Amino acid sequence: MLSVKDLKVYFQVDGGFSRAVDGVSFEIQDGETVCLVGESGCGKSVSALTIMGILPQPPGKIIGGTIFFKGQDLLLMKEEEMQKVRGNHIAMVFQEPMTSLNPVFTIGDQIEEAIRIHERIDEAEMRKRSIQALKDVGMPSPEQRINDYPHQLSGGQRQRVMIAMALACNPDLVIADEPTTALDVTVQAQILNLFKDLQQKRRMSLLYITHDLGVVAKIADQIYVMYAGIILEKGAARDIFYNPCHPYTRALLASLPSRSKRGSKLYSIPGSVPDPAHTPKGCPFHPRCSFALESCTSQFPGMSDWGNGHFSRCPVIYDKEAGKGGN
Amino acid sequence: MLSFIGRSVIQKIVTLFFVSIVSFLIIHMAPGKPSQVDPLNPKFTPEMVERFRKEFHLDKPLYTQYFYFYHDLFTGKTVSWKDNQPVLAKIFERFLNSLPLFIVGTILTWTLSFPVGIRSALHRGGLYDRSATFFSYLFISIPGFFFAYILIIFVVNSFHVPVIGMETFGLESLSWQRMFMDRIWHLLIPSILGATGGIAVLSRYVRSQMLEVEGQDYVRTAKAKGLTAEQVHYKHALRNALLPFVTMFGLILPGLIGGSVIIESIFSWPGMGRMAYEAILARDYPIILTVNFISAVLVLGGTFVSDLLYMVVDPRIRL
Ligand SMILES: Nc1ncnc2c1ncn2[C@@H]1O[C@H](COP(=O)(O)OP(=O)(O)OP(=O)(O)O)[C@@H](O)[C@H]1O
Ligand code: SF4
Ligand SMILES: [Mg+2]
Repeated sequence: MLSVKDLKVYFQVDGGFSRAVDGVSFEIQDGETVCLVGESGCGKSVSALTIMGILPQPPGKIIGGTIFFKGQDLLLMKEEEMQKVRGNHIAMVFQEPMTSLNPVFTIGDQIEEAIRIHERIDEAEMRKRSIQALKDVGMPSPEQRINDYPHQLSGGQRQRVMIAMALACNPDLVIADEPTTALDVTVQAQILNLFKDLQQKRRMSLLYITHDLGVVAKIADQIYVMYAGIILEKGAARDIFYNPCHPYTRALLASLPSRSKRGSKLYSIPGSVPDPAHTPKGCPFHPRCSFALESCTSQFPGMSDWGNGHFSRCPVIYDKEAGKGGN
Repeated sequence: MLSFIGRSVIQKIVTLFFVSIVSFLIIHMAPGKPSQVDPLNPKFTPEMVERFRKEFHLDKPLYTQYFYFYHDLFTGKTVSWKDNQPVLAKIFERFLNSLPLFIVGTILTWTLSFPVGIRSALHRGGLYDRSATFFSYLFISIPGFFFAYILIIFVVNSFHVPVIGMETFGLESLSWQRMFMDRIWHLLIPSILGATGGIAVLSRYVRSQMLEVEGQDYVRTAKAKGLTAEQVHYKHALRNALLPFVTMFGLILPGLIGGSVIIESIFSWPGMGRMAYEAILARDYPIILTVNFISAVLVLGGTFVSDLLYMVVDPRIRL
């Protein structure tokens, strides 16, 4: 359904380029949930905005790559054609529920607007559709809520409205960009379950973006691990969880809180995410990697195939028992 | 809602009361006395001054004078010290003269600033935006009187029409069309002059407001829905960008008085601003204080109107 190939998006910054997305490829099949995982600033949102065709340009610039959606390259589409895709075939839920709804329109107006752009139906029908949309996302008493303004709703409720709006036209693909990051922990779980339910009921494709591998475990079919604008590991969810191959993925998993580790100190990856304007030479993860070899500082290895569609951009073979890597 | 209106009106009346006291004190503390206006004038004999002081209660303590003044004002009996004419009638006549200038100037300012500012914001950094920025700063920094003279010289030389005053004298015999055009010419130049500064400032403000709103998350949401660029800019962004201007809209009213002193003086326009200015020079307290009081009422009325408007346009403000 969606196939992104070698996508490169740079930002103009003083004195050069910031390589926010630097050659990302991934695929999403019909009815599949794909998770894009990575730390803050690794280029997840920029990838999502580029797929939607709403990347702010300038300062952003699409340097290369293709984004095929149902056989057509979205990057070559005219703006008018792209408008028919947005909201209708691909919809997006954003990271910031508090500010993503327009404060001067009622939520009913905003949901109905999403439908009105792409479909011709009469007003009474429209009202029914938007109430149903609110019901589907678990909004309490939607008949009254529909006349509320965004400021009258809590963060979780606003995110439900955003989801209702995204689903209003039954899109084939929904991009959810860290939809729970800004919410309370209890609400996070509710929204995550909502996505899981909706995805299963509607058999839609879902690109779920998150920095939290714990979330991924609950919904992902395929996982792409992203770092500094690059995909470092990809594979089926269980392969990534039970047989992580890339040192970065392993570090991410090790830093997850879990029941067995309760009480012990949480592991955190040493160092910090590189500034995309100055990504290190060679493997971008080498300054933080405990397995780094001499060659890693100058050469960035290609994808190693671990079978069953499981790839990682690091040749190190991990020895589970010894807890050590080797070549 | 009703309680808000009630509270607001009471609050504003209290404010008005204090304004009346303070302005009364300031006028009386200012140097110069009305009875000394023209000591060289041979008509002002000491006896006359004394009679004058008595007649206008200037020999009484200040609080009594205050009481007399506002009592007269509310009963419509205040008269100018200069010519003994009723103040309210005088002000009303001048007000009618100022009104066309004010209306044309305000309409020009508010209808032109928005398209200019919005276009600048939407084409940020482009040729249009940079030229608009240049001219805005030019018109903001150029002194009004200087620009006025350039404009007058230009118009008089190229169109050969007189522009000083409200109309040309000695045209009564001409057809009404000619007289009408004469009036228009006289009105247009000072109005344009009054509007340029306003347009320069307001269009900058519109531009920055629009730019800020365009960067908001909900504008991105609107794009993600598949709306056209026009719908995104003019429905989702503009609606929010306009909110702060509603407050400013209420503050237009006081401009009726203060905004035009310089222009009315340059163009010898017999309006309110000039009358107030002349009254200050002549220490004609009743006129100064009455104009002052009316402006205070207009300011408070204006803020009241903008509070109400804000409640109508911004759903986050409901009382
Ligand atoms: N408008 C912009 N101007 C300049 N640089 C930008 C802009 N937007 C993003 N970037 C850069 O692109 C990089 C990737 O940003 P992006 O928002 O995609 O990160 P992210 O993975 O979504 O992180 P987060 O988890 O914090 O949302 C960042 O390092 C940022 O500096
Ligand atoms: S390539 Fe080298 S530095 Fe990069 S993850 Fe593998 S071992 Fe570490
Ligand atoms: Mg992001």
